[in-house]
Formats: sequence, structure tokens, C-alpha cells
Amino acid sequence: MAVNILVCVKQVVDPETPASAFRIDSATKKVVPAAGIPPVVNGFCENAVEAALQIKDAQGGSVTVLSMGSGFVMDVMKKPLSMGADEMILIDDEAALDLDAFGTAYALSEAIRDAGEFDLILCGRQASDWDNAHVPLGIAELLGLPCITLAQKVEVAENGLLVHRALSDGYEVFESPLPAVVTVSNELGEPRYPTLRGIMAASRKRPVTKTIGDLGLDESRLGARLQTLDLYIPVSESEVEIIEGEDEAEAGRNLALRLREEKII
Amino acid sequence: MAGVLVLAEVEDGRVQSSSLELLAAARKLADALGEEVGAALLGGDGGGLADSAIAHGADRVYVVDDPLLAGTQIDAHLAAYQHVADEASPSVVLIGRTQNGRDIGPRLAFRLGVGVAQDCVNLDVDADTGRVVATRPVYGGNALAKVTFPGDGPQVAVVRGKVFEPLEADSSRSGEVVNLQPGLDGSVVKARLVDTVQSESEGVRLEDATVVVSGGRGLGGPEPFEQIEELAKLFGGAMGASRAACDAGWLDHSYQVGLTGKTITPDLYITVAISGASQHLAGCSGSKFIVAINRDAEANIFKEASFGVVGDWKNVLPAFTETVRELLES
Repeated sequence: MAVNILVCVKQVVDPETPASAFRIDSATKKVVPAAGIPPVVNGFCENAVEAALQIKDAQGGSVTVLSMGSGFVMDVMKKPLSMGADEMILIDDEAALDLDAFGTAYALSEAIRDAGEFDLILCGRQASDWDNAHVPLGIAELLGLPCITLAQKVEVAENGLLVHRALSDGYEVFESPLPAVVTVSNELGEPRYPTLRGIMAASRKRPVTKTIGDLGLDESRLGARLQTLDLYIPVSESEVEIIEGEDEAEAGRNLALRLREEKII
Repeated sequence: MAGVLVLAEVEDGRVQSSSLELLAAARKLADALGEEVGAALLGGDGGGLADSAIAHGADRVYVVDDPLLAGTQIDAHLAAYQHVADEASPSVVLIGRTQNGRDIGPRLAFRLGVGVAQDCVNLDVDADTGRVVATRPVYGGNALAKVTFPGDGPQVAVVRGKVFEPLEADSSRSGEVVNLQPGLDGSVVKARLVDTVQSESEGVRLEDATVVVSGGRGLGGPEPFEQIEELAKLFGGAMGASRAACDAGWLDHSYQVGLTGKTITPDLYITVAISGASQHLAGCSGSKFIVAINRDAEANIFKEASFGVVGDWKNVLPAFTETVRELLES
């Protein structure tokens, strides 16, 4: 059965940004991207793209990528297309940055309604910036669809969906009718690298670009439900005691002795 | 609209410890607001569950009984909690960031059309506005955000485990028990749990271990984890790993410590060749003592560690392990 899949992805500050380069503008309560470190597609979103492509490889169909944000870096955002996705829709609007999770889920769910009929909507389990893991759940609730999170395996059959949901010790098996919303976790496996052919194909593709205004949203539903009062870098209280020795082996021995002295072992 | 409602979860016939922690958090908020603490208990009151909730701080317990709650379907639980929220119309709703709570909290908030604060590590009441102020780690723990709820309606918070201490059980406390039979329709269950597969685990559970020894990307491959396990066993503890090591396939993801893995709270946490990415630290910041072995003196892990050695683990670890063995045997 050919499956038409929509994957939501998000452009985020590179989570590998060294702590020393991590800055916050306390006036706007936003993170200032470090100079020279480009943003990335959120890692779990890449896992979701991979899950979609595996289904497409096995069964045929299409993969459409949807993202909302502002200041998109096209070389970055085209990665899902380079990996093999067919189409991309970008809601490019500065106002997106000021929406809370509810507003974001509402806007994305309307964008999905606009984009056509899909059998499956895949998202990353959470974004590495705000770590909310709310938006996919909101999309499911607003569209009235079944919702399964933390997928490490996603399979589509004629009669519906089979998902393995990661547990800390094993997994749960879920079955669901289609369409459904599924969030994908890193346990699914490493996302594929774009091939040269994929990169060439992606360079010829033009994303469909829209603004939030194009979505015809009900303004009265966009009011903030959550407000950020403060965003700050926590001060670490601990002062590390570096244990030394004549050589590294002795440092290891001294570490054990020091821990015994402190009655930690 | 009043009251702080705890969406309690029951496991093996007992109120989960994470839910007892929520009752303590709810007590603190309710006392500041001059409101009462409610607790939603699903699946009937077998074994004095309501009494236990009351002894731990609840003033009113909503016991929901419904044939649909016999299984452990998230969708059925969500519908039942929603029924209690409609009945109680609370000002605040708390749920634990458990396997199911992390989904149920936000989904309930979306159904109620209200805001939700995820993964809260502190909760307070703003004395001026009377609204809840939640503190939560963001950007993988690199930053903390304080958020509040400007709108009307219930304020939903998903609370991280082991942040609040359960109150001492006080059997002299009294409370009211409200029995609810929502008569849930089977159609509320859309995604159906059909099986649970537990992976074979031997020894001490990571979450329960008092000593955890973890290895990271710097170990370079799966073989060195034998040495990590050897040290962990000396302490009667458990072995863990960073996400990088698990994603590389060196160890199963069930060993992963971090924001997207397990949250551990041992007395002693020894990290070997782990740089200390904030997403890892998010899973171990509750450790009493962190000890780090890493060749990079600038590694983030040393900002969190109490004791450390800067050096190649290949030289440091064998000598450390041998000395630990001697000390423990003497």
C-alpha cells in the first residue's frame, strides 16, 4: 500500500554548540545563535524523516516535509529533501517565533489540513531547543487523530499502523487506524546521509512558501497560554577537585584514595 | 475554579512514588493559594489507595471506576482524567513526567485549550498574580526558563521525578472520597496498546542503583565497556552510557543516561570518557557525587563533577579500579 506521509521538522540552534558559546539575550528572553555555528534540522526530526523514507522505500508513496519558523537557512532545511523527501512546505514568518506550543500546533495543524490528504503524520519526539514534546501531541488533538509517541519502529499495513513505542526497558506495541500522528525517537536508528544524487535533486526543488496569514487562522485562538518570565544560564555551584599524580595511573589510584578519605566509597 | 488536582498513577496496586511526590508539590501550591488538594485515582479504590493519597496530602480523592480502565490504554486514562478535570474544575493540574504522564498532561491541556509547562523542576505561586510559576530546563539543560500561565483556565504542569519529596504519611489526616463513573465510550481508545515487551536486564536497575559507572564516546568502541561493567560490579552498582555510545550501537539504548534516556540519582556517579553534553547532565544532575575521568580538561563534565582526573581513561581507569578493589576488600 502506497503511503502518503507528512513529516514536521524544525530548524534549531545546533545542540552541539559548546557551552562557552551559548548566550542568552535576557531582554528578549531568547537564545542568541553563536556566530559561525549554523542551525541544524532537529535531530529527532531527522529520525522522523528516516522513518518516513523507510516506509516509502518499502511501499511507495510520498514524503512531504513541513516546517514553520523564521530565518530559514536553505542549505540546512533542504537536508530532508536531499535525504529523499519529495516536497517541502515552509511557513516562513517572524510571528512564528512568538507563538507558544498551542499556537504552533494550531498553525501547523491548519497547514496540514491545507496541504492535502495524508495517511501518516510523523514528527520528532521533541525539539532540542525547548524540549517541550508538545506540538505533535497538539497536532493530534487538534486534528482529532490517534497519537503514539516515542516510536522506535513504524510500519504501515492495509488495516492500519503498527508502532513500537520505546520504554526504558523494552517497548510497547501499539496498533492504530490511519491517519495518525506518530513521534519518532532516536532508537529508530541513525538517519541516512544524503547521497550526491539526492543533493542534486534537492537543489532543483523549490519549497512552497507561505506565511501564517495564508493559513486563515482564528486570531482569537492564538493568545499566549504560556509566557516566559525569565530565561537564564544556571550557575554551577560545584567546584571540581582535580586529582593529580606522577602519571595518569597514579592519578587514578589517588582518585580512589581521595574518595575513600571523603567516605564516598 | 479552585483546587490543585494531582493526576495520580497506580502501579502494582500502589500509588506510584512519583504521584506521592506530586501530592507534596500540590500541598505546597494549595497552601499558598488557600485551596485544597485533589487527587484523581483511576481504576477503583483497591487496597486503600484513596486512604494512601489522603495520608500523603490529598483533601479530596476522585476515584474513577470504569470498565475501560481495566487495561492500561493511554487514551482511556486521558479520557478519565479529562472527566475528573471537568468535574473538579481545578486551577492547577499536576502530572508526573512518567512514560504516560508526559503524553497525557499536554494532550489534556490541548483538550482544555490551556497552557502546559513540561518537565518542571520547581513550582511556585506568584504572590501578586496568584498564578503558578514553573521552572524548567530548556536547550538540553543549558538554560532554565521560568514560565507562567497568562490565560484563564487550569494551569497544567508536567513535573520531573524526584524533584519533590513525598510528605510523611499521616494516617490521622482526613479527606473526602468522590466516586465517579464516567461511562466511557470504547471509541475513545484510538491507538491501542496490544503488547509490552520487556528487555532482559540483569543486575541492579540503573534508576535504583546507588553507584552508576557510565562510559561515553571517548571509549572508542564496545569492548572497553567490559571495564566499565567490572567497576560497576565492584560497587554492586549498574553500568550506563552516554547517548553517543548508544547511538553508535556499542550498547543497547536501555543503558542510556540523559534527557532522552534514563534519569538516575545515585550517591556516586562515575563517568569515563564522557564530555558531559547538557542532554547527558540532564539525566544525572540528581547524583550526590559526580566523579569524572576525561582527557579534556575543558570538558563540560568537570563543571558538574566534584572530583576528577584529567587523563586518558586507558591509563587512569585500570589503576583506579584496582585501588577501589583493594579498598573495598580491606
